[in-house]
Amino acid sequence: MNAQTDWKGFLARRSFIELDARERTIALLDAGSFREIVGPFDRLKSPWLPMQGIVAQADDGVVIARGTIDGEPAVVAAIESAYQGGSMGEVSGAKIAGALELALRDNENGIRTRAVLLLETGGVRLQEANLGLAAIAEIHAAIVALRRHVPVVGVIGGMVGCFGGMSLAAALCSYLIVTREARLGMNGPEVIEQEAGIEEIDSSDRALIWSLIGGEQRTRLGMVDALVEDDATQIAKQVRTTFALGIPKAYRCEALDTYLTRIGEVDTSKQLTGVQLATLWGNKGDSK
Amino acid sequence: METLRYEYPVSKPVKRRVHVGVVGSGDLEVLIEPVDGDTAQVVINTSVDGFGRVWKTVVDRFFTRFDGRVAIEINDFGATPGVVLLRLEQAVEELGQ
Amino acid sequence: MSDALTIPTGPHASRGRVWLHALTEREEQGFGQSHSVLFADAPLGDIDARFIAVVPDPANRFPRARQGEVGLEQGWALANIVRQTIDAHRGGDERRRPIVAVVDVVGQAYGRREELMGIHLACAAAANAYAQARLAGHPVIALIVGHAMSGAFLAHGYQANRIVALDAPDVLIHAMGQAAAARITRRTVEQLAELGNRIPPMSYDIRNYAKLGLLDSLIEGVDADAPDAAAVQQVRKVLAGTLDSIRQDGVRDLSARYRSKEAQTTRAASIEVRKRLAEQW
Repeated sequence: MNAQTDWKGFLARRSFIELDARERTIALLDAGSFREIVGPFDRLKSPWLPMQGIVAQADDGVVIARGTIDGEPAVVAAIESAYQGGSMGEVSGAKIAGALELALRDNENGIRTRAVLLLETGGVRLQEANLGLAAIAEIHAAIVALRRHVPVVGVIGGMVGCFGGMSLAAALCSYLIVTREARLGMNGPEVIEQEAGIEEIDSSDRALIWSLIGGEQRTRLGMVDALVEDDATQIAKQVRTTFALGIPKAYRCEALDTYLTRIGEVDTSKQLTGVQLATLWGNKGDSK
Repeated sequence: METLRYEYPVSKPVKRRVHVGVVGSGDLEVLIEPVDGDTAQVVINTSVDGFGRVWKTVVDRFFTRFDGRVAIEINDFGATPGVVLLRLEQAVEELGQ
Repeated sequence: MSDALTIPTGPHASRGRVWLHALTEREEQGFGQSHSVLFADAPLGDIDARFIAVVPDPANRFPRARQGEVGLEQGWALANIVRQTIDAHRGGDERRRPIVAVVDVVGQAYGRREELMGIHLACAAAANAYAQARLAGHPVIALIVGHAMSGAFLAHGYQANRIVALDAPDVLIHAMGQAAAARITRRTVEQLAELGNRIPPMSYDIRNYAKLGLLDSLIEGVDADAPDAAAVQQVRKVLAGTLDSIRQDGVRDLSARYRSKEAQTTRAASIEVRKRLAEQW
């Protein structure tokens, strides 16, 4: 690789992380094919936030975009992390679940429709608690049903990452694409520190956090399928490469024997670093 | 949280609708849609109470330079007047495209 | 049926264990070396059903998962037990075995090990197994006898065809425990409770949860901690009726949750979103 190519590539790089949800969906769909549905002008806002003095965003923080990927019909659901931490409320959750349900319906009727989930979320929106949680359960159900027909590809870019009930959604996806800046975990470090104490985890120690749940660490453990640069073009390309793989032969969330062994062989009397765990688990073959 | 409403006399028709921004902390979203008739309507949903006069000044100023038959909805999460004007200008720029 | 149930007390006590025993009167099995996920097969109506509960396990290898949380072991154990149920189906005319998730889970396990080793994946494995069972035609019922909290409920119960709950003190479905939620939203517990009265999805009262249209039945008049024979019989009857209902409508997805009467009002936005998505698709 020569130095000039390096420079050009570097200057041409467009950060995916810096794009908002809408821009991310446009970046991933085939050029010119983007068409947003149930967008801000539909004004399907949260019925619950204004009751608590919180201003409702017109799209409730989720963008649903129709379009094509490599010429095939697709739907991309993108979570806007700048609004309420990308949290799932009644409407935002219903938009994602409903989009996946419609993709399922199309696939069942012979119209192959791909689905991509851009997961940038802290999980349930506490101000909508049980309706957020219920919507997440419906998203899980929809992913499991849809992925039998067509891959459901999840992308975690950062900087918020993917937490809470939506981390389960990520793990249910056919494939997961992450950046180094991404994090994937069930409970946020702050919550763990709050519940278990600072000795358990120091949530201000960024290096520690990424060493435990960051994109690179998840890649070491085989918990994700592709690690990509924070570059919109590369991520769009990786999404296409991933769809070309077709429906996976096995699902990570069904690797029961692998994880029985992995969890069983860990010495729980001490804490392991990310690298130590990867060494312990790394040679056991593909967990997927 | 409060809702503010203002009206302004306008004359130029507008051909498209535009959306910019996000209701993040210190930020806002702006929705602009065409309307018939010579009155522009502005609705502002803001998380911070008591700044009606500031909002009026900002929107008055905006309409001294902008003439369009529009309905504007603003959903605000504590943006400064500078940020509000920035978003409005961003929206107007997209309107012109 | 015995009138005198031996109810364990102390750190092993849990409504999950109580109800698993009461409903099956069988010796429960664990999975692998773990004693934190127990199951037993017993008749429900005219068929043998599998009853599964997550229970406290004070001696668990994982220090952060000893009080009935769903952690790494529990997630994968649930996945295994449900997978075995699916695989045991012999095909042909045989009806699929119903699965009853007996739910009393305080939450997911909060710990560094858990995050590092992929508790999100362990819980997804459990949710996946239940969803696969439902899609394969196993009638899946969640019976809430205590707490059904956030990720733990997503893993154990929320993929059920139908959800039934006891109308009893300390029966609680929520996204986050009251104390923790109060800390994070910077309110008092009393303020949160007041909010819950005005805003049903935020309520910690199971009767307000029932307004969301997600529950198939709310079973009244039952002592959740120490049910007598009559109470157990009442619950069995509801479960059997729910089973019949699942078989009758033959639906294998979760759409009943937004078709219920209550959902037309409290989940009107969820319904409108789906309608609008379909119109613009």
